[in-house]
Amino acid sequence: MPSLGADMEEGKLIEWLVKPGDTVRKGDIVAVVETQKGAIEIEIFEAGQIGALLAAPGQTLPVGAPLARLGVAEEADVTTPVAEPEHAVQSPKSAAAPAPALAPAPAPAAPGGALLASPAARARAAELGIALETVTGSGPMRAVLLSDIERHVPATSRTDSEPAAEAGPKGKPGLDMTEMRRAIAAAMSRAKREIPHYYLTHEIDLQSAQDRLTALNADRTPDQRLLMGALLLHATVRALAKVPELNGRYEAEPYSPSGPVHCGMAVAMRGGGLIAPAILEAQSKDPDEIMAAMRDLVARTRSGRLRNSEITQGTITISSLGETGVDTLIGVIYPPQVALVGFGAPRMRPMIHDGTIQPRLAITVSLAADHRVSDGRRGALFLAEINRLLNEPATP
Amino acid sequence: MTPADLRAAFLADLTAVAPDLDPATIGDNDHMQDDLGLDSMDFLNLVSALHKRFGLPIPEADYPRLATTALAVAYLDQSLAK
Repeated sequence: MPSLGADMEEGKLIEWLVKPGDTVRKGDIVAVVETQKGAIEIEIFEAGQIGALLAAPGQTLPVGAPLARLGVAEEADVTTPVAEPEHAVQSPKSAAAPAPALAPAPAPAAPGGALLASPAARARAAELGIALETVTGSGPMRAVLLSDIERHVPATSRTDSEPAAEAGPKGKPGLDMTEMRRAIAAAMSRAKREIPHYYLTHEIDLQSAQDRLTALNADRTPDQRLLMGALLLHATVRALAKVPELNGRYEAEPYSPSGPVHCGMAVAMRGGGLIAPAILEAQSKDPDEIMAAMRDLVARTRSGRLRNSEITQGTITISSLGETGVDTLIGVIYPPQVALVGFGAPRMRPMIHDGTIQPRLAITVSLAADHRVSDGRRGALFLAEINRLLNEPATP
Repeated sequence: MTPADLRAAFLADLTAVAPDLDPATIGDNDHMQDDLGLDSMDFLNLVSALHKRFGLPIPEADYPRLATTALAVAYLDQSLAK
């Protein structure tokens, strides 16, 4: 069971898309798992042949528990029978296969008594001033999970706004709003706790970009038309080439930026909540390809069919209010990323253009960035570059 | 097509784009963005579906004429009569 976010501790297998004996390539979708972010398609991390499926649909497994056995290349195991599901869920340790497990196996029992705990559990324990050593872990290798911490807290010190992990029914298919709120709360609390944010905003004259877009769309059927959002995302991704340190994941010291831009876009869910899946390799896409990727990603976010790479590999996030709303959006960085770009709603404003005051379409762009890896001067350069690219006649 | 047929077709495309909407509770004067919560992507998907169903070009300049169900039915009726 792969981890699909720092706060994820378990996942429920919904269905297998492969069967024993199937040959798979790296990146193939092999299973669907239900998480706080809806149903997620799981891509396999290595090529090989599926051996035994160790987990049955409907089972809930802790992060790190094996889902299946994978025979790699020549030593493919074609005869492995499907394992007893009960066996797999009750003792994940004994199911650790000689062949590589589908999910990265949990770290071997830590030597010297070092304590295993999930990131969410560590954060919560620190918040509550609880020593991890005093908590009995119920996770794999006796790892301390968030639910263990919550159980450890005396009932009186719980606040109403923070229900215990075990409260509330889990496991109904589709999106669980309580779980999604919880995932958002965990990520945003971590961001505000760990990331020293700084913020910059800039007003951009969007009129010429809008004029180019209108001219372009006039010759196109609706299914081929671009939205302004695609141009904004395209310009943002291109601007990162000038300030590359804003693109990356701060997961280890020292921080090093990412080469590819996996650009997350915050997608509001109808009915509340949001998910920020990433457009992978966005730096190599033109506006039409960005638009196609956005359409696809929004549709799959809402129908609950994202892939694990899309929700775990983002290197920057763009949040946009779309065409209606307020002028400015100042965001919270999605950890472990180091920057979030916010676009307010475009609006006609009086602007000085060609020396006269004219009604022009304007948009306010903001940057929330991690001060550990960049400074205001670099951030300003980045927003200025977005402005320049949006006003560059060459791009649509 | 009668206006009633057009209305049913429009609501079918609208609820396909936004499956959480109940066609029975959509008012004729509900605004697509302000009242029904469609975003720009939803609205473009709706326009694409109508284009596919009716074969109408529906240029961007006409988008305001699709702002409510009542406006859209009148617009479709008029465009198809041409």
